[in-house]
Amino acid sequence: MQFPGLVRPVRLGPFSHLVSARAVTVVAALGVAAAVVVVASLALGRYTVPPLEVVQALTGRAEGMAATVVREWRLPRVIAALGFGAALGCAGAAFQSLTRNPLGSPDVIGFSTGAHTGALVAIVFLGGAFSTTAFAAILGGALTAVVVYLAARQGSTTGFGIILVGVAVTAVLSAVNSWILRTADLKAALTAAFWGLGSLNGVQWERVTPALVLLAVPFALVVLVWRSATLLEMGDDAARSMGVRAERTRVVLIVCGVLLTAVVTAVAGPIAFVALAAPQIAAKLTGTPGVEPLTAAATGAFLLAASDLIGQHAFGGTLVLPVGVVTASLGGAYLVWLVVREARRRPAS
Amino acid sequence: MTTQTPASAHAPATDESTAGSRVRIEGVTLAYDTAVVVDDVTTAIPDGGFTAIIGPNGCGKSTLLRSVARVMTPRSGAVLLDGRDVTRYKPKELARQVGLLPQSSVAPDSISVAELVARGRFPHQTPFAQWSQSDERAVQRALRSTGVEELSTRPVEALSGGQRQRVWVAMALAQETGVLLLDEPTTYLDVAHQIELLDLFADLHEEGRTVVAVLHDLNHAARYATHLVVMRDGRVVAEGEPPQVLTRELVADVFGLAAVIIDDPETGTPLVVPRARSHRART
Repeated sequence: MQFPGLVRPVRLGPFSHLVSARAVTVVAALGVAAAVVVVASLALGRYTVPPLEVVQALTGRAEGMAATVVREWRLPRVIAALGFGAALGCAGAAFQSLTRNPLGSPDVIGFSTGAHTGALVAIVFLGGAFSTTAFAAILGGALTAVVVYLAARQGSTTGFGIILVGVAVTAVLSAVNSWILRTADLKAALTAAFWGLGSLNGVQWERVTPALVLLAVPFALVVLVWRSATLLEMGDDAARSMGVRAERTRVVLIVCGVLLTAVVTAVAGPIAFVALAAPQIAAKLTGTPGVEPLTAAATGAFLLAASDLIGQHAFGGTLVLPVGVVTASLGGAYLVWLVVREARRRPAS
Repeated sequence: MTTQTPASAHAPATDESTAGSRVRIEGVTLAYDTAVVVDDVTTAIPDGGFTAIIGPNGCGKSTLLRSVARVMTPRSGAVLLDGRDVTRYKPKELARQVGLLPQSSVAPDSISVAELVARGRFPHQTPFAQWSQSDERAVQRALRSTGVEELSTRPVEALSGGQRQRVWVAMALAQETGVLLLDEPTTYLDVAHQIELLDLFADLHEEGRTVVAVLHDLNHAARYATHLVVMRDGRVVAEGEPPQVLTRELVADVFGLAAVIIDDPETGTPLVVPRARSHRART
């Protein structure tokens, strides 16, 4: 039995899987790269901690100032970057599988913008307590998802329909967002505008921990239904005839994808590009057919952590960019490249 | 059983030719929104036979086939497998008994032949056991019997149309079902590839599978099928063995085609020869 590349069967008692050695290598390499980024992020800053002390602080063998800086000030932010990046990568994989299109990511089809609208309403009209903002962002993302899904269903159930409707909804919501900002008083507008950039600034354990717990459930569900999702990419008839519960799989992917995006957006604001690019980059690196949530999550974690490191330190410490600005700049360039490539590949659509 | 045609010299659904039928279609009505496509059809698929469903475009033959694989749920009536409504099976349980080669499936970008065929094992797998020895053996058998073994590491998108269709057949075979449903499996292929595929289906049938195919070409149906089901306007208008069913009257009535039926010089099965334009007035 011959598979291309380095795909090998792994069997252990009742457990059996096809494992791509290349995918394992890629994930391991991403892990090493992410570890370097993590140590650098924990070391750098106004109070510089030598890498060795960073490691000591992490393993609990350091006390005093260095330990506080590393564990209490910087670690929540780094863990948030990794966890949120992984969540966004997974959400991107879910939507790209669902729409069978590399453009089908929550930031393109309006869920991030919807979450932004929800947060703006909370900040400007409802006082903007963190829990209110977070809840409103999740609600906004979910409502947008429902609208896009229903509107796309009216026309066609194809992925491209969802993307087109999503782009239109994004445009409408962006206008609404601008209008809300204009009506707000200065302080609320500033808070809202800053939130809208997407930032991990000031993220503390008491926000990171519940967010990660909330993210774990939809993440696990996406991984669980993934084999059904890949069959669904081949068409409903093919999938159903092989025993896939098509509608249930689709609902799980949508609900989990929206939750993953909305929870991240609630805590950190809209962070573009990661959900869009991570699944595609992962698929290219691992050579797998189609996107895959675990490798997309590993790639997303690395991308967001690296982007945050760049935003904080690449400009000499005098200019600190919110991570959302870094990812949006990278994402803009990536999106142009992607659209050009897609247009070349399928001139019909 | 409707017999509105003059070609009612066919065997009714209950006679000996259909005595052994795991798949029974009982009063099935199928509709897309409000458009009824299949209207109260009752028939049975002979076990171990090669059944061809024929009929003009839009007569509901593909839709009927899809309902057997439970890709589509009847508005009324039921499709029974071993006496049990297919909608009462667990999806994977049914998929281990009935396989479908849909009209159009999308191969994921850059997927290899082996990876695609391996996906046919889904109904046999669990989250833990995703590539057992029996999975591997089934995929190997499927690749071998469709003759695509040497292509296993090639990307599906790089194959010719005929090869690609064989790969899809291999995926359905890897599912290892007793009943294999084929929805217009030869459409869009050149004639040599069509015959090659039909020969393959005949082999699968001779190995003991129950094969049901929606076919467009009447002569292919007549030559390869052991049982014909003829549909028009969502109803079954005739069924039985090809020589009894495929008559001049039926072809004129169901397809609106003036034709003469002669014996196929190769097999002796009916061969439908459309009348020349200059002779049509005389029929």
